Amino acid sequence: MRDNVLKWSLWCYLALLFIFVFSPILASVVFSFNSQRFPTIPLGEFSTEWYAAIFSDPEVWEAAGRSLLVSACTAVIATFIGFCTAYTDFRYSFRFKGVYLALALLPPTIPLIIMALAMLAWLSRIGASGQVWSIIIAHTVLTAPFAMAIIRLRLSQMDETLESAAWNLGASEWAAMRHVIIPFAKPAIVSALCLTAAVSFDEFAVAWFVSGLNKTIPVVILEIVQGNIDPRVNAIGSFVFLTSMTLVVAAQLFYMSKQNRDAS
Amino acid sequence: MSTKKAESDDMTYKLVWRLPLIFWQSIFFLGPLLLMVAMSFFLVKNYRMVEAFEFQNWAKMFGRNYFWDSYLLTFGLATTATIVCTLIAFPASYALAFKVSENARRWAIFLLIIPFFTSYLVRTFSWYVILAESGVVNSLLGYVGLGPYTMLNTKFGTLVGYLTLTLPLVVILQTISLAQVDRSLVEAAHNLGCGRLRTVMTVVVPLAKVGLIIGAVFCFILSFGDFVAPYYLGGSKPPTLPILIIDQTKSGQQWPRAAVVAITMMVTLFAIAFAAIYAAYAKRGKQ
Repeated sequence: MRDNVLKWSLWCYLALLFIFVFSPILASVVFSFNSQRFPTIPLGEFSTEWYAAIFSDPEVWEAAGRSLLVSACTAVIATFIGFCTAYTDFRYSFRFKGVYLALALLPPTIPLIIMALAMLAWLSRIGASGQVWSIIIAHTVLTAPFAMAIIRLRLSQMDETLESAAWNLGASEWAAMRHVIIPFAKPAIVSALCLTAAVSFDEFAVAWFVSGLNKTIPVVILEIVQGNIDPRVNAIGSFVFLTSMTLVVAAQLFYMSKQNRDAS
Repeated sequence: MSTKKAESDDMTYKLVWRLPLIFWQSIFFLGPLLLMVAMSFFLVKNYRMVEAFEFQNWAKMFGRNYFWDSYLLTFGLATTATIVCTLIAFPASYALAFKVSENARRWAIFLLIIPFFTSYLVRTFSWYVILAESGVVNSLLGYVGLGPYTMLNTKFGTLVGYLTLTLPLVVILQTISLAQVDRSLVEAAHNLGCGRLRTVMTVVVPLAKVGLIIGAVFCFILSFGDFVAPYYLGGSKPPTLPILIIDQTKSGQQWPRAAVVAITMMVTLFAIAFAAIYAAYAKRGKQ
């Protein structure tokens, strides 16, 4: 009896927590189809005017294109660096490896606003601020650690003797890399591409500081929010959510399907 | 021979994998941070930064009350968020770790990852609308004859924003560490007649200590560095340290002073992180 009461109260508690976490996300999707400028209960009528407003706004289109470009480039560079680092950690041990790994994993622990200031100062000093590739450079620093972690996790599932077996059979180091390591790490590489792209697509603090006039979608959102209550934010937000979730689910599916095949 | 080959490393091969990170992070991660430290000693003359080695910015920022007001406010808010978040997350993590199937736990964690890929800005904006004077919460409360309550531009609003950012992560970290607690120890405590609450406090919590502390540290770091919640939900009067950085950088062209604020924040965070790691791994005193 007491067990049941405890179990039920824990379930209710969990439900409340999930409601707290998901209500702003769901509310934003609901509000994006709501005619009221200032949504409240009872809701207004169903309306697509906010979507119409953003789809007819050239600034939003430009920013969306720029965001896609930035996140694609960031994903490729960050995943490349992440792979190199993960492989180095997997294969070699050397002096100062601790420093090397600290360099690889520290960036996410520093508040974004501090990175934003430091990046802005540095990039403008070397004459590289206010460009699209300034955002790419900064986002690569921020996301490479995630790519490294995902690929490193995958490599740790690999039998360490596989690589030396390839050498024994006469493969060069490069051939072993191409025919053994990369195929094995491929699902993690694809996941890393998707996740770093998703993180970059959402990042606003650093992008806001270094982008100058080249705004990305999150920077556009930030500037709209600074103005006034404007439900266009919900419409853009829902669109961004859809894009990021597609990337995340794709990453997850790719990773899991490959693991299942490995297991069977 | 093959194992020898791994030893007699091919230099090019080795460096191809090692150097990309060293190059990129030295130039674009260490470089910016070091410049920021140097910049805190620069001067601003006629809206232009001049290289120098002066302590003016430090003296100016540390000598002003509004800086310390901001510091105490930010520190207090982040500490409150950390305590509240840890306490709110714990029962949920406990339920996920001990009371549901492994499959359900995996789904719950997957669901909790989703918020990381939704725009934090948009979620904050949602709260802004939900918590407003005539917003969803107040109109629901109105049906039962309560309110309206002022929730925006208060510390409560800021905390809601912080929790939006940190709660999913803290629940995930706590759940993972609680799930690794050895069940047989919990059962042993029960068999020896230890009550439920006492088992949690004296067996489960100490065993999951490291994970709980890591969760709390992440909560503190994220809240301390966030400018969105205090700005949009908290009203930013007085501003928190991150907002101070933005003000000094964006409108004041006072990058050196912003650097002073940033470095003070980083030192604070390092101190907190080290203290926490020390607490997490400290041997429990003999009793």
